[in-house]
Amino acid sequence: MNHPVRNASFKPPTRLEDYLVGTAFPSGHLVEINAAWRSERPAIDSERCTNCLICWLLCPDGVIRKTGDGRLEIDYDYCKGCGICARECRFDVIRMEKEGL
Amino acid sequence: MSSGSKTFISGNEAIAAGVRLVRPHVIAAYPITPQTTVIERLAEMVADGTLSAEYLHVESEHSALSACIGGSAVGARTFTASSSQGLLYMVECMHYASGGRFPVVMMNANRSVALPWNIYGDQRDSLSLLDSGWIQVYAEDAQESLDLVIQAYAVAEHPDVLTPVMVNLDGFVLTHTYELVNVPDQVDVDDFLPPFQTTNKMDPDRPMSLGFTAGPQHNQAFKQLQHLAMLSAERVIRETEERFGQLFGRNYPGLVDAFLCEDAEYVIVTLGSVAGTVRPVVERLRAMGERVGLLRIRYMRPFPEHEIRAALAGVKSVGVLEKDISFGYEGTVFTNVNSALTRTGAKAPRLLNFIGGLGGKDISVTDIEALFARLQASDEGETVTFV
Amino acid sequence: MIEVRWHGRGGQGAFTAARLLGVAVVLFENRYALAFPSFGPERRGAPVLGFTRIDDHKVADRSLVTGCDVVAVLDDTLLDSSVLQGLRTGGLFLVNTSHATLPINPPDDIRTILIDATSLAMRYLGRPITNTAMLGALAASSDVLKIQSLIDAVRREMKGASAEKNVALAEAAYAAVRGQAT
Repeated sequence: MNHPVRNASFKPPTRLEDYLVGTAFPSGHLVEINAAWRSERPAIDSERCTNCLICWLLCPDGVIRKTGDGRLEIDYDYCKGCGICARECRFDVIRMEKEGL
Repeated sequence: MSSGSKTFISGNEAIAAGVRLVRPHVIAAYPITPQTTVIERLAEMVADGTLSAEYLHVESEHSALSACIGGSAVGARTFTASSSQGLLYMVECMHYASGGRFPVVMMNANRSVALPWNIYGDQRDSLSLLDSGWIQVYAEDAQESLDLVIQAYAVAEHPDVLTPVMVNLDGFVLTHTYELVNVPDQVDVDDFLPPFQTTNKMDPDRPMSLGFTAGPQHNQAFKQLQHLAMLSAERVIRETEERFGQLFGRNYPGLVDAFLCEDAEYVIVTLGSVAGTVRPVVERLRAMGERVGLLRIRYMRPFPEHEIRAALAGVKSVGVLEKDISFGYEGTVFTNVNSALTRTGAKAPRLLNFIGGLGGKDISVTDIEALFARLQASDEGETVTFV
Repeated sequence: MIEVRWHGRGGQGAFTAARLLGVAVVLFENRYALAFPSFGPERRGAPVLGFTRIDDHKVADRSLVTGCDVVAVLDDTLLDSSVLQGLRTGGLFLVNTSHATLPINPPDDIRTILIDATSLAMRYLGRPITNTAMLGALAASSDVLKIQSLIDAVRREMKGASAEKNVALAEAAYAAVRGQAT
């Protein structure tokens, strides 16, 4: 499945000539991360995860991704730490951990 | 004269405090950032009984101003507030209000106009509406904002004026910034502003037809009367400020606010709260011996052409710094100032137009210093530049 | 002029801190101030800033605050290098944290004060709202405002029991920081 990734090499326009016409820009273009919003982060215990995909389905920001080898991973660049995944997991496989220190 | 109460409130809260004091009968408004807290406060006051007004919840700004016109048409004192997209949504009603000679007072939170979408302060919204027949005034701080609400009704409702008034506050930097404001006492405002009296209203005892058609033969005469009334407003504004000063102890300088222009060689002309960033630069440059000044235009309509000519007499170079642009030509404030300085045929100073602050772009003390340096430089250069 | 920058997350009261500071110095110390938040849309949890500009004459300049004399951080998960940007030499860095050390290294030419304002707030308010505690800490560690002005400001802006709890909290934070100094 395709999902947008951060364009780390993006430089905002500085010269007038570098701006696009009108207010249109190619879609799926992410230039900042919003990890600073998070005060807790989810951690999935892959050993015990049954791959039911409820968390993948319910994540409001779509940051839980299928890796392709049967596991799920979380894009911590965009996870806002809302905790819905941990709350909805029926197998108690997701733990919310304090961010940072 | 009692002394009022010292408070620490935002520009929007100051507007709401002023509106409560003038005892409006009808408030009709639709929320839009950065005006929203004005009408939230007014709604709270109506709910807790400290403001006895009809608060009409309307579905759009077009309806808000229409409701105010309806209220005014039965002799009610009315208030509305808007900004940017919302202001533009009510434009046809603005012409109804001014053409119908209904003295509605509106607070406008100056905000950029889409596209691109932007919620921050610039003055493109109100400056694009100078021809709508409304008196337009621009506040520099929250105290002036509150005082202007009170003065606006006195001016608007004056029988020689009968013209709606728009009080403009810069979005966020003035609307959402907290500062010292003295809120006058109700008894003094009641003394200053009598109840609204008019014959321009529907009245079962004196039936009138309101809002009629006027064809090619007569329409122009109505427009000319509007124009003359707006010109009369200049005198009424000065008289109102004089009375205000006597009662409240705060004196306002008329249609323009000139700071150290008397012997200035280089002057920046501007509107609104950015003048507060120009002031410390003028003071610093003056302390270094440079003859610079600031001319803050308060009223854009009626336009103070005499005061501008008087303030800028003898000045070498003038920079008009404004937060709007009339695409394809120049800034609207520049057009007005340039006209005032040249229409009598007298020799005008060199005039430059600095377009800045669009979409809320910050204008710093350093930016202002650079503008004065440009005024002092002898190069020809472009008349219109973006800061 | 003194410029104070407050760092918090939406819902923690960082702007209330900036505003209460203004109330204290303007209404109870006869000085002048402007207080404003970082402008724009907000949500709970997102980083926000508050600013207070204080002077002995009217503050006219509303342009962006770039340099500051005090940086106050209400949430230590916000500590990264950008938090110290613009803090002037000799400035004050006031941080709410339960940890003894910081994940960032402030330069030697600024003063750093750490206070566990969250624990104090939980004890006095039962909620982790630390703005009055941080203001008490500011009064204890600088000349920016007096503790009595802060108490008067809290009583003016808050109601009844809540006001008194916050006064007690502010005084406790003030004492805690004063205690650190000795």
